[in-house]
Amino acid sequence: MFNKEQISILKEAVDKENAVAQEKLQKRPERKPEFKTGSGAPVKRYYSPVDIADMDYMEDLGFPGQFPYTRGVQDTMYRGRFWTMRMYAGFATAKESNERYKYLVEQGSGGLSVAFDLPTQIGYDSDHALAEGEVGKVGVAIDSLADMEILFDGIPLDKVSTSMTINAPASVLLAMYIAVAEKQGVSSDKLRGTIQNDILKEYIARGTYIFPTEPSMRLITDIFEFCSKDVPQWNTISISGYHIREAGSTAAQEVGFTIADGIAYVEAAIKAGLDVDTFAPRLSFFFNAHNDLLEEVAKYRAARRLWARIMKDRFGAKNPKSMALKFHTQTGGSTLTAQQPDNNIVRVAIQTLAAVLGGTQSLHTNSRDEALALPSQASVQIALRTQQIVANESGVAEVVDPLAGSYYIEAKTTEIEEQAMAYIKKIDDLGGAPKAIDNGYIQQEIMDASYNYQKDVESGDIIVVGMNKYQVKESAPTGLLKVDPSVGEMQKANLVELRAKRDNAAVEKTLSDLRGACEGTDNVMPFILNAVREYATLGEICGVMREVFGEYQQSVKL
Amino acid sequence: MERPIRVLVAKPGLDGHDRGAKVIARALRDAGMEVIYTGLRQTPEQIVSAAIQEDVDCIALSILSGAHSTLLPRVVALLTAEEASDILVIGGGVIPEDDIPFLKEKGIKEVFTPGTPTQTTIEFIKANIAR
Repeated sequence: MFNKEQISILKEAVDKENAVAQEKLQKRPERKPEFKTGSGAPVKRYYSPVDIADMDYMEDLGFPGQFPYTRGVQDTMYRGRFWTMRMYAGFATAKESNERYKYLVEQGSGGLSVAFDLPTQIGYDSDHALAEGEVGKVGVAIDSLADMEILFDGIPLDKVSTSMTINAPASVLLAMYIAVAEKQGVSSDKLRGTIQNDILKEYIARGTYIFPTEPSMRLITDIFEFCSKDVPQWNTISISGYHIREAGSTAAQEVGFTIADGIAYVEAAIKAGLDVDTFAPRLSFFFNAHNDLLEEVAKYRAARRLWARIMKDRFGAKNPKSMALKFHTQTGGSTLTAQQPDNNIVRVAIQTLAAVLGGTQSLHTNSRDEALALPSQASVQIALRTQQIVANESGVAEVVDPLAGSYYIEAKTTEIEEQAMAYIKKIDDLGGAPKAIDNGYIQQEIMDASYNYQKDVESGDIIVVGMNKYQVKESAPTGLLKVDPSVGEMQKANLVELRAKRDNAAVEKTLSDLRGACEGTDNVMPFILNAVREYATLGEICGVMREVFGEYQQSVKL
Repeated sequence: MERPIRVLVAKPGLDGHDRGAKVIARALRDAGMEVIYTGLRQTPEQIVSAAIQEDVDCIALSILSGAHSTLLPRVVALLTAEEASDILVIGGGVIPEDDIPFLKEKGIKEVFTPGTPTQTTIEFIKANIAR
């Protein structure tokens, strides 16, 4: 892009300017001795063509919607249509969550995003001993198809796209979704949505694992295969950096570890005999949006370019859709403060801008009260309005990748790509992501970054407004959402009724067939679907799989 | 020589948010304490049995699932039943202000909410363990 001669002349000028500036700085120093990004990466005073001297427009940026997708995965981006404003919601019973979904759809939310409670995410029914106190707390409780029917009552599944944050038991919840659609008369090839289905980051950061690595990877490839034929419009996985970042990683680690996980899934599917271009177009990603706007924009662009190159060069993908990294974004929960919670509205607005300037396909904006409790309806509305203001009023959605060509953004994009690639190389050397997780390497790296951040906050090197500076005396916040504690009892009573009402012989038969499939090599999805249709519970289905597959044992090094 | 303060950092409940637990475990260790971290999904029974076995001075419970009002008091009750109520029990996580008086009434000596400097927790433990 730049002529070598011009660059060398410019470099001389830059060096000269720097020497002069250093002298001035002796007399009038800057605010602090060194400047860093939100992730702790050094930031220079300014950037110039010298910092991106090797950049080649067609090779490194390309056009929007074209390889290597640095500028975005569609040619028109938000001029075609806005990103999907997808608010993650779900609490208490299926009925209450159903009401919240209908409200969100009325308010202009373009897609549903289901939060499940922890027992559901870990494959326990609401009457399991470990579910005590957890039922309906961080999401909706789903024990069987009966709950799922209520959850989507009155919502036409051929019209909405639904994202489900479910991992270890993703196969079961997807089967329930397909079964609800059948009852609505909607065939599975019409269904659009996403299951998170990313077990590796559960071991790394999020914690809702059930089975050991190997059977978990098999369940995931079974889903890839099943959906490639029966649910072709479904995003079969959302490879997630979000939780890795929330656990305290840097931006470069978020990209590096997430893409290393992605590589592991692609390798597992290829090993299971799938052709890369049959499943790779349905892979999707999920990233965080923190406060350092420019670093975050560079991060998304770096992730797209890196994934495109890996899919093409490492896996020989031919279909452009296999190379285009589509992603969902959620604003950073860990950046929100319990102190002066209204300030969080501003943080979320900055993070929204980062995600949009970075070319996200969908976005969840956090509510101001999330460091205190589950979000109230009023707070959710402000969070959704934040996206609508950025979309309709800020002007940033009218042009594709507007920050491209900024010396800083481009230098930073390349820097993050290189750092992420170095992590991937290291993980390859350790034998791939599953091994690097088993030996604790990835968790250790994140823990170190998170502890460094905490120390910087406590020393005051990092300022968090309202928390370690500009504090005020506050009274306890009001209007927080409270989940009805009787939800657990209600779910338990429903389970008793369900077990009395259903055809228990048919349930037994489908569960025993499923056991056979788990012990053998058949794709488990059709067997799970049969069990779900007979109202076998989530806990019963996962129970069979627990018996065959065993459970993951976490090892923690401090 | 007096033995160092021993702390069990535990995650009751099913949530996997262990950033805070790990940060506090490291900070306590850097402050000279001996720290045992249980890992995720510990039942109150498992926590109490580990605390007694490890002969700790303090149990620090980290929970962000919303099940605190069920699980934290149970840890204290089990300690009492085991005649180990001299062990200091503290909690931390996303715990609404409204729930804190109930938890304190049930014997959780202090609850640290998001944004608390680790030094505050360290000093609280030093000042309140039974020695």
